[in-house]
Amino acid sequence: MIPLLLYVAIFVAAFFIVRLGARKMTERHDFTSLKTVTFGDESAVRPDRWASVISIVTIFLLWGAFTGSKWVPVHAPGPFIGDTQFTYTAEAPDGARDDATVFIRVFEVGADVTEPEIDPGDGFAKNDVITVGAWRSKLLLFDQNDEITRKDGARIVAIDGQPVEPGGEVITDAGRVAVTSKGSLNYEPPKGMQMEPIWLPPPEAVVARVAEIASEGYQNFTLWEHLGWSLYRVVLGFILGAAVGIPLGYAMGLSDWFRGWFDPIVEFMRPVPPLALIPLVIIWAGIGESGKIILLFLAALWIMTIAARAGVSGVNITKVHAAYSLGASRWQILRHVIIPNSLPEIFTGARVAMGVCWGTVVAAELVAAEKGAGMMIMVASRFQLTDIVIMGIILIGVIGYGIDILFRIAERWLVPWKGRS
Amino acid sequence: MTGLSIENISMRFDLPNGGHVQALKDVSLHLNPGELLSVLGPSGCGKTTLLNIVAGFLAPTEGRIVLNGHAVKGPDAERGMVFQQGALFEWMSVRDNVSFGPRMAGRREADYGKEVDHLLDVVGLRDFKEKAIYELSGGMQQRVALARCLANDPDVILMDEPLGALDALTREKMQGLVLKLWKETGKTIVLITHSVEEALLLGERLLVMAPRPGRIHTEYRLPFADMGVGQDLREVKKHPDFGQKREEILGMIWDMEEEIMGRAEEAGA
Ligand SMILES: Nc1ncnc2c1ncn2[C@@H]1O[C@H](COP(=O)(O)OP(=O)(O)OP(=O)(O)O)[C@@H](O)[C@H]1O
Ligand SMILES: [Mg+2]
Repeated sequence: MIPLLLYVAIFVAAFFIVRLGARKMTERHDFTSLKTVTFGDESAVRPDRWASVISIVTIFLLWGAFTGSKWVPVHAPGPFIGDTQFTYTAEAPDGARDDATVFIRVFEVGADVTEPEIDPGDGFAKNDVITVGAWRSKLLLFDQNDEITRKDGARIVAIDGQPVEPGGEVITDAGRVAVTSKGSLNYEPPKGMQMEPIWLPPPEAVVARVAEIASEGYQNFTLWEHLGWSLYRVVLGFILGAAVGIPLGYAMGLSDWFRGWFDPIVEFMRPVPPLALIPLVIIWAGIGESGKIILLFLAALWIMTIAARAGVSGVNITKVHAAYSLGASRWQILRHVIIPNSLPEIFTGARVAMGVCWGTVVAAELVAAEKGAGMMIMVASRFQLTDIVIMGIILIGVIGYGIDILFRIAERWLVPWKGRS
Repeated sequence: MTGLSIENISMRFDLPNGGHVQALKDVSLHLNPGELLSVLGPSGCGKTTLLNIVAGFLAPTEGRIVLNGHAVKGPDAERGMVFQQGALFEWMSVRDNVSFGPRMAGRREADYGKEVDHLLDVVGLRDFKEKAIYELSGGMQQRVALARCLANDPDVILMDEPLGALDALTREKMQGLVLKLWKETGKTIVLITHSVEEALLLGERLLVMAPRPGRIHTEYRLPFADMGVGQDLREVKKHPDFGQKREEILGMIWDMEEEIMGRAEEAGA
């Protein structure tokens, strides 16, 4: 909740600072900047690069601040670490009451810890000592060393002077103390507002992991091998899917018989998400490479088929008429008119297909694989290696984005006339 | 018999709701080689339909088209088309567009190159031949379309409002160009237009069509196209006969439009 509020606050603050201050220096002088109607004119809305940079920096800042990163100067309050104490009041069956203190040492998980020496104190309730890891909690059988135990009828009536019932809890300066339904105590030190590393490790831990796995590997393969295998599967599956799908789409756009024959199949397969095919593909082809390639082939196939079909139907009929009047044969029209004219659609389809394939390969590897980005994060999550999981997710995102950018560059190169006719 | 014969063409479109549109009814016409025909008529009178039938894109429900003694079965290089817009190939340079016909016929660059460059000169696009289509203005694009059609050396050139999307000034220049090309090449040309002036200037023969069903209303033989070859088109427009013919035809089309409107009102009432 608090990170979200902070995020919104930074969003608003950055907006005003950039709009009122920095903007003056970076005023743009081009045609669009002279447009007076910008609200509602989508073409006049261009991403503010300041906002993009601040947006990314903000995410890293919040990430660092709430994980206690060494890279970030300001931090949210961390978990309590050190010694503290609280007092409980026990009541014997005869109504006599006695106070005892619980001494607590909260330590960083993973560090060595020794119990502090204490004086048992007087009365029938004796002082206790416990050690708790930060962010953890601990069950305290307070009566183990007491003269009158719970078996004898003793029970807790107050913590730090505040009355409490079994099942209730008290927030003390030392943290949260709950009385279980059986009458024992459950202690939880203050967590602060930072995330525990097993939930969200600080950025430097993730970076360190990248370096480690890049050189030493994880689960028998280096990071690059994992990513490379995923990429290889995607590229191979996509190429096969495009190699079958594009001609099929053209055939469907050019021939009644093909259209009739494949329309039901394509329309049926289109809404089936490739992920739903994973179980069947595993049954048929096992969890090896061929199964994954088949899955990605299917994921790309329908998208490319539909893109090619749309590309053919998008051909302006006057262009085809013009070509016929210039004496072109059917093959020449396919080669010189229909194929080039459908390239923009094919590219759009290819970008979608690559995105779907990349998502599908990761999902398939999550289910079953010996190597690959998805397998890496799946195995890591079983061992609570959150830094590897986060690293994997970031790299999967970066690669997916990179693929899309490559396609966009290729598109600008190969179909410069797109959207300009 | 040489020339283009349109023989008793009728065209009926069946509509999905069970009705039908009689787009053309019993249209007949003969054009001798080298004749320039402009076609005028209110919107929806079947001009485009007629041109598509001549081009071979549509088969008429009745009648036939005969060119130089053989019946037209489908589109062919002997009948070139110039469309209003959107028919150029954006993925080719200007020059590749113009040389499309010869290339498709399997001719070699050495063979057609000179001719294509000459045509680019004639339409004034020599300096633009390596440009992409989307870098040209609308008028330049229509000049490419003209050159592309001529490079294929068709017997008949069919134009459906080729200058309709251009501004008045560019349009006037293009009219001069069309006349010049017509005289130089001696092609048979059929030109559809919405502009009475354009029809008078570019029509050695002028056909006024009437709607519902689409049919030939009146045919004229005019001297203005020949006059326009030699002199400025603006001078031709000042000719007293020109003004008189323009008023006559405008009135004719006006009456037809009124009749359509009246009928529409009756139907609506
Ligand atoms: N494919 C079609 N299906 C049904 N009706 C059609 C079709 N094509 C044309 N028509 C009808 O035929 C008639 C003639 O159409 P056409 O396009 O030839 O007119 P036009 O004279 O070229 O009109 P404009 O000057 O507006 O271009 C119109 O009434 C039109 O509605
Ligand atoms: Mg028309």
